[in-house]
Amino acid sequence: MEIKKTAIAGTLESSDVQIMLSAGSNGFEFDLESDVAKQFGDQIKETITKVLKMYDVKNAKIKVVDKGALDLVIKARAIAAVQRALDIVDAPKWEVLK
Amino acid sequence: MKNSINREIPDEILKEKNYQAYTTDDFGTPVIQKVAPKLRATTGSEKVVDSLEDVVLKTVKNGMTISFHHHFREGDYVFDKVMRIIIDHGFKDLTLAPSSLTNVMNDIVVEAIEKGVVTNITSSGMRGSLGDAVSHGALKNPVIFRSHGNRARAIETGEIRIDVAFLGVPNSDAMGNANGMDGETAFGSLGYALMDAQYAETVVLVTDNIRPYPNTPASIKQTQVDYVVKVDAVGNPDKIGSGATRFTKDPKELKIAKTVNDVITHSEYFKDGFSFQTGSGGAALAVTRFLRQSMIDNQIKASFALGGITKPTVDLLEEGLVDRVMDVQDFDKGAAESMHQNKNQQEIDASWYADPANKGAMVDALDVVILSALEIDTKFNVNVMTGSDGVIRGAIGGHQDAATAKLTIISAPLVRGRIATVVPDVTTVVTPGDSIDVLVTEVGIAINPKRKDLIASLSKIPGVPVYTIEELQKMAQEKVGTPKPLEFTDRVVALIEYRDGSLIDVIKEVKD
Repeated sequence: MEIKKTAIAGTLESSDVQIMLSAGSNGFEFDLESDVAKQFGDQIKETITKVLKMYDVKNAKIKVVDKGALDLVIKARAIAAVQRALDIVDAPKWEVLK
Repeated sequence: MKNSINREIPDEILKEKNYQAYTTDDFGTPVIQKVAPKLRATTGSEKVVDSLEDVVLKTVKNGMTISFHHHFREGDYVFDKVMRIIIDHGFKDLTLAPSSLTNVMNDIVVEAIEKGVVTNITSSGMRGSLGDAVSHGALKNPVIFRSHGNRARAIETGEIRIDVAFLGVPNSDAMGNANGMDGETAFGSLGYALMDAQYAETVVLVTDNIRPYPNTPASIKQTQVDYVVKVDAVGNPDKIGSGATRFTKDPKELKIAKTVNDVITHSEYFKDGFSFQTGSGGAALAVTRFLRQSMIDNQIKASFALGGITKPTVDLLEEGLVDRVMDVQDFDKGAAESMHQNKNQQEIDASWYADPANKGAMVDALDVVILSALEIDTKFNVNVMTGSDGVIRGAIGGHQDAATAKLTIISAPLVRGRIATVVPDVTTVVTPGDSIDVLVTEVGIAINPKRKDLIASLSKIPGVPVYTIEELQKMAQEKVGTPKPLEFTDRVVALIEYRDGSLIDVIKEVKD
């Protein structure tokens, strides 16, 4: 699936994460800001990558500003961002949300 | 070699710096030789000097050890004034031995390190840009971190020999009689600075408030002082201590504080005449409030409260719930101001407070202490020095010293954001698990298995589940996941002394 528009989900509150997706042409290009990047940077990217793959997204620029979010929060924000970016908010992919 | 708590202490450090590795938290009863400072006799007619620069040039020489206190905390002007002169005159190879380093001192210390002015540091702690610089290898020689009690011990035994102490005071007379409780920049107890005043070879008081002779009450005495320098301002009163300390509204902190109080009141130590130390910080202040109510409800009074003092502790004194406040420093204005009105708020120096190499220190008589932790591991070892990224950002303070109390409680949330507080192994051991008795988190408590007596008395508190510390560690890990291990180089950038002067751990340079 191609990203139709730049979309954002999440806030900059502590324990939240803000994810911005925009169209790309070179796989997943991450720009990650996080105080816990040293310990959890790879895991944050992996969680978001998994969500993107579930929506068959192949290329995206992904800006992540993490404020120490737990994995389930990152997943939820990634799902929200990708549904907005694919313009399918009214027709969510239910099987992903299980 | 590995010390008794399994921390690798490089052999060359033990050898080159003549250190023993940590073995036990029991200091024992060794015979100790104290040192005494050299002095030049004077009648004192020429102590008052207008120019700080003149005094620095007259007293400081390359290679010397200079000291400061941190009672002005983030409002300190004296450190910056003195260090500016020292840097501008190109002094080299100095050892900095302050009681601690606050954020306001960071930039100028980093500059002094970069220019080779300061080549050694010993302190209770450091944070911010300075901690970052040291953790990235800015200083050639490792920093030595010492607790407040251990600094007193090291000064008394000559391990720290202070050549010149620059001590900012909110008042002094022309002979050097001074205290910390009068004047616009009053901060209360001079506890840590009293060591420097007693043992430094040259004592320079820096003040913006010269009072008629003789100035009393005198905490620092004229017999100890070489120079009294008048400057425009020694500190910013608004930044010395926090104002009125607010009671936390954070439900997690409140839950922890209430549980801490439950643990105290269900222990055998909660009886008339008990003693306690709570420290500062949101949860600690909340504990004081819960404890107050429990003391009233059970008609129990405390014999003394110890350590860094806050207004809520002074309130207990004024209410008659605490007989004596033994005060080594004051964290807020209320506590500082009350030193005058309350004769039972006794100023104590760092040696009296916490020095193990003594004929008894106040911490030896302490029943209950509540301490914090950046990390605590499944061996109950506590880290209050390095952050989750491995960078220095803390201070030992009185942690190791007060932890020798009969009931030592660590209050800490299970996780902070995505960082677990309860971990398999702390990054840096500051206080050994043998000193820690109970960990209180928002989900429940863990009792050190060595304290079988406490397991009996604390296992049936209504609403307070008891877990093993391994269970708490797993709970934390399930929440946040498993972090990638931090990466360090082989280079040692700081040494953590235990309060007896042995090495309990080292901090290595972070790999970025």
